[in-house]
Amino acid sequence: MINLSGICRQFQVGEEQVTALRDIDLAISSGEYVSIMGPSGSGKSTLLNVIGLLDRPDSGSYHLEGENMTTLGDAQQAALRRHKIGFVFQFFHLVPRLSAAENIELPMMLAGLAGSIRKERVNGMLEAFGLSDRARHRPDQLSGGQRQRVAIARATIMHPHILLADEPTGNLDRVSGQEVINIIEALNQKGLTLIMVTHDPELGKRAGRRIRMVDGLIESDKST
Amino acid sequence: MKLIDIIRYALKALSGYPTRTGLMLLAMAIGVGSVVVLSALGEGARRYVVGEFSSLGTNLLIVLPGRSETVGGPPPLLGVTPRDLTLDDANALLRSSAIRYVAPISIGAAPVSRGAREREVTIIGSTPHLYHIRRMNMAQGRFLPETDSSRAAAICVLGYKTKQELFGNSSPLGETLRIGDRRFRVIGVLAKKGESVGLDMGDVIVIPVASAQALFDNPSLFRIMIEARGREAIARAKRSVISTIRERHDGEDDITVISQDAVLATFDRIFAVLTLTVAGIAAISLAVAGILIMNVMLIAVSQRKAEVGLLKAIGTPKGQIISLFLAESAILSLIGANLGLLLAALTNEVLSRIFPQFPIAAPTWSLAAAVSVALVTGLVFGVLPARQAARLDPVLALSRR
Repeated sequence: MINLSGICRQFQVGEEQVTALRDIDLAISSGEYVSIMGPSGSGKSTLLNVIGLLDRPDSGSYHLEGENMTTLGDAQQAALRRHKIGFVFQFFHLVPRLSAAENIELPMMLAGLAGSIRKERVNGMLEAFGLSDRARHRPDQLSGGQRQRVAIARATIMHPHILLADEPTGNLDRVSGQEVINIIEALNQKGLTLIMVTHDPELGKRAGRRIRMVDGLIESDKST
Repeated sequence: MKLIDIIRYALKALSGYPTRTGLMLLAMAIGVGSVVVLSALGEGARRYVVGEFSSLGTNLLIVLPGRSETVGGPPPLLGVTPRDLTLDDANALLRSSAIRYVAPISIGAAPVSRGAREREVTIIGSTPHLYHIRRMNMAQGRFLPETDSSRAAAICVLGYKTKQELFGNSSPLGETLRIGDRRFRVIGVLAKKGESVGLDMGDVIVIPVASAQALFDNPSLFRIMIEARGREAIARAKRSVISTIRERHDGEDDITVISQDAVLATFDRIFAVLTLTVAGIAAISLAVAGILIMNVMLIAVSQRKAEVGLLKAIGTPKGQIISLFLAESAILSLIGANLGLLLAALTNEVLSRIFPQFPIAAPTWSLAAAVSVALVTGLVFGVLPARQAARLDPVLALSRR
């Protein structure tokens, strides 16, 4: 499903050239549960961003579901992000002035879906994630766990094929972190491909496939 | 993405930051308001002057006896005394095809009495044509009848104020009064008109020109007022007046012809330029409002980096991000422009209450111009911030809180 070969990515930080990804080859099939671990600056977030089409590699090729991603234009990449890829972030990134329901609705609004469909799907999502009584609350009126659940609802409302999570529990206490992991893993069990970047070894171990990165290289890639 | 959703999203963004939105609306409203108010003031001044002149009658020529030349030097010691203008001169002018009305004027002051009341009133001797030339209206009765102008009929028309003073509220029609040592019958009263340049037409009595000449025992005319057949006939009328009088005065150019149209046109031009200048100055404040919108939108973009990053992450193409931010500026300038129009209407209303005699009116072009300039500045100055938002690198935008 995901096929990376020879992916390189360099950044200019001040005077220095920092290499985030060195010649990465990686294949992930549909429905896998992959955790990416490694120290800060090892390139794991960059890898996630390349897979999520937020970042373009300097060289190498990336095929998503057999389609070459490296040659696509901005609008086509945006369309793929809208329909095939969902993002969950450490800092939730909810729009502060919109209510929980409106945040969840946002991707459907951007896709131009009809109002009735949007309402129906949002209500279904709110119910499934136990947020029905929080629908009209703005993010600053929600707890961290609730915010992340809203973010996951938003990431999956368009029925994507891949869910990319960058430290989804990094900003949560243990209990709500566990809740969030349960939700994400439940989605994975229903067939959603899950790729999660994390610092937490406990969390990393739960994945069926564990990738460890150091200095822009894949150091180990273990499956159970 | 649907247009309604773009507008709704932009409105939410605007209402999400009330202070910033309020300030931008204020700037835009002041810009638009000042364009409209200042051009209304300029237009009002123009109308005031034009109105003053046209109450004197348009296409007007005034013939004065004597030649007044604006050359320096001492007056001629043994200069030729100008010939008087006579009633026959005036009648001769009517033959020109460029001239519509000719009103010879003989003027003087005389004691007027009715019963015990007596006062000194300005007496104007003229013909029925004066009625048309001075754009008069009757309050009661009629003006001087069309008869041979050399007939000295003992009839008179009262100015409004004179009528009030001599007759109070009772009708003067058919009554007689004494002017000097003659008796005149009142046949009409002029409508109240206020002052028209030079002479208060409320405080006069109009009698046939021949009667006035007899009354003052003076066959010469004070002046002759002429109305040309149209704006384009003025020059021709002027030429024919000069040549006719020269012929009758043995080849001497001993009259002065003043055309008020020339003066009026000059004023008209001056005020049109003045209005444009003032509106132009006001437009600068509109441009400043535009730049303010740009600045605040740029700040908004950097404040909302994370939001833009998120929008990109969930699949918003660049074009859509540009339209989201442009919609914000457009809505801002539209609402701001409307507030500005409201502000201008209010100011104009207050000004016209304070100065009721000054005709303040915002010209339509200034309304349209102010609103469209507001919209254009809003959009033009909104493009830069919107493009900046669209160019944001989503990874960087999302990496920081």
